[in-house]
Amino acid sequence: MNAPAPLLSVRNLKVQFALDEGVVRAVEGVSFDVYPGKVFGIVGESGCGKSVAMKAVLRLIEAPGRIVAGEILWRRKPQGGPGSTQEEVVDVTRLDPNGSVMRGLRGAEMALIPQEPMAAFSPVHTIGDQIVEAIRLHQAVSPREGRRLAVELFKSVGMPMPEQRLDAYSWQLSGGLRQRAIIAMALSCNPRLLIADEPTTAVDVTTQAQVLRLLRQLQQERDAAIIFITHDLGVIAQVAHDVLVMYLGLVMEQGPVNAIFHAPKHPYTQALLRSIPTVQSTPREPLPTISGSIPHPFNRPRGCPFHPRCPQSMPGRCDAATPELQAVGPDQSVSCFLYQTAEAKA
Amino acid sequence: MSAPVLLEVKHLRKYFPIRRGLLQRVAGNVRAVDDVSFTIAAGETLGLVGESGCGKTTVSRCILRAYTPTSGELNFHTKEGRTVDLARLSRAELRPLRPQMQMIFQDPYGSLNPRMTLFDIVGEPLLVNGLRDRQARTDQVAELLRLVGLRPEYMQRFPHAFSGGQRQRIGIARALALNPRLVVADEPVSALDVSVQAQILNLLLELQKRLSLTYLFVAHNLGVVKHICDRVAVMYVGQLVELGETQALFQAPRHPYTAALLAAVPVPDPAVRSGDVELKGDVPSPANPPSGCYFHPRCPFAAEVCRTEAPVNREVAPGRFVSCHRADELQLPGVVQ
Repeated sequence: MNAPAPLLSVRNLKVQFALDEGVVRAVEGVSFDVYPGKVFGIVGESGCGKSVAMKAVLRLIEAPGRIVAGEILWRRKPQGGPGSTQEEVVDVTRLDPNGSVMRGLRGAEMALIPQEPMAAFSPVHTIGDQIVEAIRLHQAVSPREGRRLAVELFKSVGMPMPEQRLDAYSWQLSGGLRQRAIIAMALSCNPRLLIADEPTTAVDVTTQAQVLRLLRQLQQERDAAIIFITHDLGVIAQVAHDVLVMYLGLVMEQGPVNAIFHAPKHPYTQALLRSIPTVQSTPREPLPTISGSIPHPFNRPRGCPFHPRCPQSMPGRCDAATPELQAVGPDQSVSCFLYQTAEAKA
Repeated sequence: MSAPVLLEVKHLRKYFPIRRGLLQRVAGNVRAVDDVSFTIAAGETLGLVGESGCGKTTVSRCILRAYTPTSGELNFHTKEGRTVDLARLSRAELRPLRPQMQMIFQDPYGSLNPRMTLFDIVGEPLLVNGLRDRQARTDQVAELLRLVGLRPEYMQRFPHAFSGGQRQRIGIARALALNPRLVVADEPVSALDVSVQAQILNLLLELQKRLSLTYLFVAHNLGVVKHICDRVAVMYVGQLVELGETQALFQAPRHPYTAALLAAVPVPDPAVRSGDVELKGDVPSPANPPSGCYFHPRCPFAAEVCRTEAPVNREVAPGRFVSCHRADELQLPGVVQ
């Protein structure tokens, strides 16, 4: 599993927003690796920093936000013309976000599927114009060739009547078709990494099933890596190979999807999985809940961010220091003092 | 099911006219709700599910008479033991009945006035309905806040000081202020974080037990619906396609649309592959629905009769209503044993 080199390697990433009221530590030291051909799921509730971390990877953080520490190592496509296999690793955090290198990466090598397809397209240009623009930005092709490629893309994402749909405006399409169009646009330059930020949150379940199936199929066909961000544990269980659970800017737990769902170690992961009503759970029985609510970003608890809500919180320990992420099994790691006592004693 | 009927919805229709041109002539109708009938028994929770645009919110708004139905009856049993048709009442006639039916909203941010304190928000229904004495109102608001799990000391604070889950509790307190019989909850947890949803669902269940409330629960999350509802009504393009007891409906759906909806829900277990039964195409527009059964263009079991003839909603088993020509011959998979 660790044989291939990671495509993206995030190391101790920290992103902060300096506001008048104080500093919001949106991402507080997050590390993970994304491998080619795998779907990497990031789950977390609002304010956990999952979207900010992805914006950092794309270098789309705007002032007053700033990457204050960490590395984002990206393995570039071979640059030396056809036949070259020389892959270069760049640290994205050191690039100028508006410079030519970053602009060459964004859209071409790593592409974003945003949450709201309605807001992602301009309503005054046809969808075709926007996709062809993206293609011609990264590839030296004629407008006619660009349009041919766009039709191909629409076919590959299962868009009915692709020719006509290219001339449509975003508001003329239904939610499902719009989502397909945005996926087609993200795929336009054959990226190595697709970042899907809650791609199915704004659509209905039947459309969601269509989109998930499409992403799964595209990932297998193209062998691309996908980072899939969501708060829906059901979706994560169905699409991801590896899962990262975040809470208030920190990684709580990380591991293969089976381990996270069948042998969760962190009390937060455990509580989260217990508290969701599923079609299988016993009806009308009180659900196990997580007490309290997510703290305001200005009132980050000291120590482990989850300790005020944690049923297994150890006074004097969890509220004093932040636990480090540590391995608890093959590929599974967790940041919780419950699993560090044994280590300390040993 | 032996409980007395609280509300009987009979052939409810709500059309929204489409106006065109200079003279704003009516060029057609959006049939948001098209001949929907069901009953809600006192003390039960009826779930209303379907995809966006299926008319589930319009049904709930008609029941609360936020909309005036185009036709149909809404027979409501009042506290006083009378049965009145809400659809026919004027604004003035509705006023004394409004305390008996209340609403819990989806968005806990948009549904609370940011300039009003909790005391004002929760106390306003009491004031409007004649409780003028400030001290008595303070006591009642305190009682209501305790009921929903908030501390009465917070009474003078404004909504911005509270988290999403706490705000939803405020909205619930306001809905319960006048001892309603029927509470319409339109997606009450879908805007909340996963870790907070369970708290609100538990609260709704507990309040129902304590105050013998009747819920009409509008939602698209089938996991939540399965957990909280006694019976479920499934809507598609303004029509009721299936209605039945929750467990039975999830075990063995009788309408292909229900089966597809159930199969599309991703199960939070990587060992169970779900969401693989795919419905082709999109939900048709209620302004221009297909011929025959509205579901036939997407239905994997559509026969010739489905293209030409609209199915009648009929009782296929006790308490089980389905609108499908082929309901008796199809064996559809459920999602629970």
